[in-house]
Amino acid sequence: MRLLNRTAGRLSRHRRGPLAGLAVLLLGLLISGSLYAAFSPAQADSQASETEQVAKGKELFLASCSFCHGQNGEGVPTLRDGYQLGPSLVGVGAAAVDFQVGTGRMPMASPGQQAPRKPVAFNDEEVAALAAYVASLGPGPAIPNEADYSIDDLSEEEREEAISRGGQIFLTNCTACHNFNGAGGAMPRGGYAPTLHGVEPKYIFEAMLTGPQQMPNFSNGNLSPEEKRDVIAYLGSLEETPEYAGFTLGGLGPVSEGLFAWVIGIGGLVGAAVWIASHTTRSKKSKVNA
Amino acid sequence: MSVDTSKVATSNRTDAATASKPGPAGSLASWADDRLGLATAMKKNLRKVFPDHWSFMLGEIALWSFVVLLLTGVFLTLWFNPSMGHITYEGSYDQLRGVGMSESMASTLHISFDVRGGLLMRQMHHWAAAIFIASMMVHLLRVAFTGAYRKPRELNWVIGCLLLLLGTLEGFTGYSLPDDLLSGTGVRAADGFLKATPVAGSYMSFLLFGGEFPGESIIPRLYIIHVLLIPGILLALIAAHMLLLVYHKHTQWPGPGRTEQNVVGFPMLPVYAAKAGGFFFMVFGVIAIMGGLLSINPVWKFGPYDPTKVTAGSQPDWYMGWPDGLLRIIPTGWESVIFGYTISWNVMLPILIVPPMMLVILMLLPFIEGWITGDKRDHHLLQRPRNAPTRTAVMVSLMTFYGLAWAAGGNDIIAIKLHLSINQITYFMRVAIFLGPLLAFWITRRWCISLQRHDNEKLLHGYETGIITRSPEGQYAERHLPINETSAYTLTARDRDEVYTVGGDTDASGVAAPNSRSEKLRARLSSWMYSHNVQKPTRAELEEAHHHAEHEAELQAGLDHPVDGHQFDDHRLRDTDDVPLRDH
Repeated sequence: MRLLNRTAGRLSRHRRGPLAGLAVLLLGLLISGSLYAAFSPAQADSQASETEQVAKGKELFLASCSFCHGQNGEGVPTLRDGYQLGPSLVGVGAAAVDFQVGTGRMPMASPGQQAPRKPVAFNDEEVAALAAYVASLGPGPAIPNEADYSIDDLSEEEREEAISRGGQIFLTNCTACHNFNGAGGAMPRGGYAPTLHGVEPKYIFEAMLTGPQQMPNFSNGNLSPEEKRDVIAYLGSLEETPEYAGFTLGGLGPVSEGLFAWVIGIGGLVGAAVWIASHTTRSKKSKVNA
Repeated sequence: MSVDTSKVATSNRTDAATASKPGPAGSLASWADDRLGLATAMKKNLRKVFPDHWSFMLGEIALWSFVVLLLTGVFLTLWFNPSMGHITYEGSYDQLRGVGMSESMASTLHISFDVRGGLLMRQMHHWAAAIFIASMMVHLLRVAFTGAYRKPRELNWVIGCLLLLLGTLEGFTGYSLPDDLLSGTGVRAADGFLKATPVAGSYMSFLLFGGEFPGESIIPRLYIIHVLLIPGILLALIAAHMLLLVYHKHTQWPGPGRTEQNVVGFPMLPVYAAKAGGFFFMVFGVIAIMGGLLSINPVWKFGPYDPTKVTAGSQPDWYMGWPDGLLRIIPTGWESVIFGYTISWNVMLPILIVPPMMLVILMLLPFIEGWITGDKRDHHLLQRPRNAPTRTAVMVSLMTFYGLAWAAGGNDIIAIKLHLSINQITYFMRVAIFLGPLLAFWITRRWCISLQRHDNEKLLHGYETGIITRSPEGQYAERHLPINETSAYTLTARDRDEVYTVGGDTDASGVAAPNSRSEKLRARLSSWMYSHNVQKPTRAELEEAHHHAEHEAELQAGLDHPVDGHQFDDHRLRDTDDVPLRDH
């Protein structure tokens, strides 16, 4: 203790010495230099791989996307004013690419009213590369983390509240196109709002964030990330809740109910009428001869 | 044939026979009869005869599903609270807990999730309603296609049409009650329809809703209409419908032994009581199975009504679908502005004009037909649809109109399920709604007429045996054999159509005949309806055909075995005495 005090005392005595400033400067440079030496190689590596990823993404983009979206993602207009083969991708962000390519919607088989969900054309690495490339074209929404759309870290009570709040947001903003059950609905000229059954939470979040195709864009200012999470929680709860009422008939509303009333109800009962009328009732088994 | 002599009297006693002591059931019956006079009423009705044909039981589906509606409806009223008072839901359904809603919605959720058997009853009630109206329509079609609406049943036809209208209104008021998002959208639409009425529209809307939409009165008002007013009228009309059925007696298909003066069939007791009673349980069973297994109107998924919300697939129940379809396909720009007031033809035509017009046309059908034919006779024997080609074609064309409008009401569902464009469906329907009925009329009428020709072929040349014979010259021909007498009688048991012609425009003094203009129209319609029809063969034609057939048979008389072709089929003439008829 005394030794320490003595050393501190001695250092303290030299702190105003002529070489003290130099020594501190040297020490500082040494520490920051060693820290740089310790961390800089890794940083240089990730930078290199990101550039590589973007380059790989660009390659894939040129091969699979540029025909409609242009060689630099600037979009390709058609001869008709206001129409385009593919829109500009500047500023759509990685989230849009992750949604469109990750669900197989892009690349489209052919230009049309609807880009339907289909088997995914790229593996996860390639999707990430494409997303990185498109994100490099201009700032846009990033791919959300699981924490953004998961309600696992909420308490039981908060979860229930989130679900019922999400249900009301869903009914206000989504059911007009996607139907009360998330079964989907018709859009003009052959387009449609797809079903939400079995869609991964990440993609629902990204769809709200980026507004793919005819869907409006629910930006974070419009529908906060928590509200988006609540909608996803509601949809998840619908899938988890058993169908109390039995077979849902596709969850399409009164049209399919009418179909079943006619086919099963009236069809079955007319069948029963035919059966009853074709069987004559006998009151006695044996014939009476008189 | 031996005679059973056991029932013949065996004694010549002179004292009066006394009845043996009645059993417990018999004494109870006499007790009731002494006080209520039941025997006289029952004597006739228990032996009331119903003819046996499946198509005569279609109205029964409606009757029995109405009974199911009454039973399940009473159950629902025990818990339903028809109030638009605002409360926060705190029941068992997680996804809506803490959401504000009306008491009627909350009590509907309570019935669905917290009342034992409540959801089953709700679904049975709704399925029964869908089946009730569907079966009324099927029954109506049967009556129309067989000409059962002719004299004396025109008024019963009108009652039936009113039942259909009331059933539809009853359905609408019923599915509006839970105050969920879907039904609220429907009530909102109804409010719009009322307001589309020129001049009186907004007043009518304010009157119905007790102020501006939605207000707080509509659910209680619809409730009392749904559980008291319309069911009361429905019950009264159903009673009248059935009383007239008893009074007129049932119609029957023509056949040997069946005339305009009798009814051939089975008596109420024991046969038809068993059949109809059994059918009730079948209707009940089908509805119960549907209510138990198939979801209908899942209000908890719609959530409470909120004018800012709407859902894809917002359709009314099926019976309101066809005006909705007309509304969906009418061009939106059909409006005119008079003195600054907008007349919305695009709402008035599909909702306020065409559906009531269709109902009036439907109700007038028997009267129009009666006027054209001038037929004042009672008709209890039915016509096969083919034997009234124009009537059948008119009904089919009305059905086609209905069906197309109905399909247009589900245009969005058709679009997503059949991968079509909703716009193309709309354009197609706009044309098809006019061309379809015309095409259907023409095809049906030609079809009926060729079926009539086919009947005449069978009468005159017999049926096709499917047996090919080769003549000595090597010519191949299919044998035709005469049809049996029962079939021949049935095929010819119809009247010849008479085309009405105007006797003369002016009489000998040059004075125009009264009503000659309408008579001319009548003559033209009569010729339009009947001049294309194929009439049954005359007696001379039939005799000539029989003679021809006998001649054919004679040619084969010298052979050692009959070659009439019957050796190959099941139509060999049988001796009724030694071969028993097939026992059912």
